[in-house]
Amino acid sequence: MLGTLNTRVMLEYLPELLQGLQATLLLSVSGFAGAMLIGIIACALTIQPLRWPRAIVIAYVDIIRATPLLAQLYFLYFGLPRIGILIPEFHIGIIALALNSGAYVAEIIRSGILSIQRGQVEAGISTGLSYLQRMRHIVLPQALRPTVSPLIGQAIVLVKDSSLLSLISVVELTRAGQRIANERFMPFEGLVATATAYLAIYFLLKFLAELWSRHNSLPDRA
Amino acid sequence: MLLTHLERVLNYWPMLLRGVGTTVGISLASLLIGVALGFAFGIIRTGSNRWLSRALGLYIDIFRGTPFLVQLFMVFFILPSFGLELSAFTAGVVAMSNMAACFIGEIVASGIRAVPAGQTEAAMATGMSRAQQLRLVILPQAVRIVTPALVGQFVLLIKDSSVVSAIGLFDLTRSGWIIVQNVPNGLIVFGLVGLCYLVICYPLIFSARRMERRAQAPVL
Repeated sequence: MLGTLNTRVMLEYLPELLQGLQATLLLSVSGFAGAMLIGIIACALTIQPLRWPRAIVIAYVDIIRATPLLAQLYFLYFGLPRIGILIPEFHIGIIALALNSGAYVAEIIRSGILSIQRGQVEAGISTGLSYLQRMRHIVLPQALRPTVSPLIGQAIVLVKDSSLLSLISVVELTRAGQRIANERFMPFEGLVATATAYLAIYFLLKFLAELWSRHNSLPDRA
Repeated sequence: MLLTHLERVLNYWPMLLRGVGTTVGISLASLLIGVALGFAFGIIRTGSNRWLSRALGLYIDIFRGTPFLVQLFMVFFILPSFGLELSAFTAGVVAMSNMAACFIGEIVASGIRAVPAGQTEAAMATGMSRAQQLRLVILPQAVRIVTPALVGQFVLLIKDSSVVSAIGLFDLTRSGWIIVQNVPNGLIVFGLVGLCYLVICYPLIFSARRMERRAQAPVL
């Protein structure tokens, strides 16, 4: 009977589950750091005047957005060895997560920068600020503020997406939960433990996003 | 080498086509159910019954906060032990439409909240019932507000459908996975798989972008 939860088994597997949680956190943090790096570079390339880099970035963003992460993951997993790149699944997972979320981060930051009104930059020019000064004191502070909440949202997506890495046999939270299913034939216990851990991360990030927007929401929404 | 691989992969095109069929089929089925349920969720979320709204909010959070893979395993492996034996396809549709409903529910709720309160008050003043207010005044405006977001959600749904390959459903991703066992060139095989997804998703992304631009146009 699976209707009742066998908490004893869940406790017994606590070390494995915690290890899985640790791996999920490590994957998510490094994946998100990579995504931020890719996103900022990609965004910088789309708002500069040269045409070719811009076209490449737009193609990259569109391809990522139009294909599922799992297909991208398999592309790297089955494709990289083909061209002689042999790296552990764990690293392939981080690369896939970073490449995938990087496209979304680029879009988020770009929409932040585009939301700045032209007059702001013009005012900066007319008061004699240099390009770097305008970026630092006028553009970036205003551009980055509206990106924080969507970026946290993207972080939530990334944490959930990292569960797909269990399909290329990376041992993380989902995979750790499956061990309870495979070794003790208790899929319910494994999945409940896994889901609880993911939910804890989700509610924490959601709380941070709410806290941030409560203290930093722009007053002028007229 | 590259060309022979490409040729060998192209021999498997019936398999890819079958995968496209499953992906489109399962996405459409869960899209229809997800939209219907999602609108119901959105209406309840913004309704006057606070406790019902809160309970539903928690339910939605649970499915927005856990990976789809975990939800899919729940439906496929756990429901049978409660006496609900589901085929892989049905399990996929159930998990996908439930998740879609949760995301669409929040989108619809935000759309309903974005309709100015004066509209509801005016509808009330003309003596409309709650159902009439929703059907004739609020929802038509809310739908217009949320359409771009909804189309974006459809794209996410199609992409999430790739996860059902994990329970053995023969979708586009699964077909690629099987082909790559026979033609060991992941770049070509999953390049083609990606191309198929691109063909399915890109028109939706494109139209969502156009709608967004049109919706923004008068404001700017």
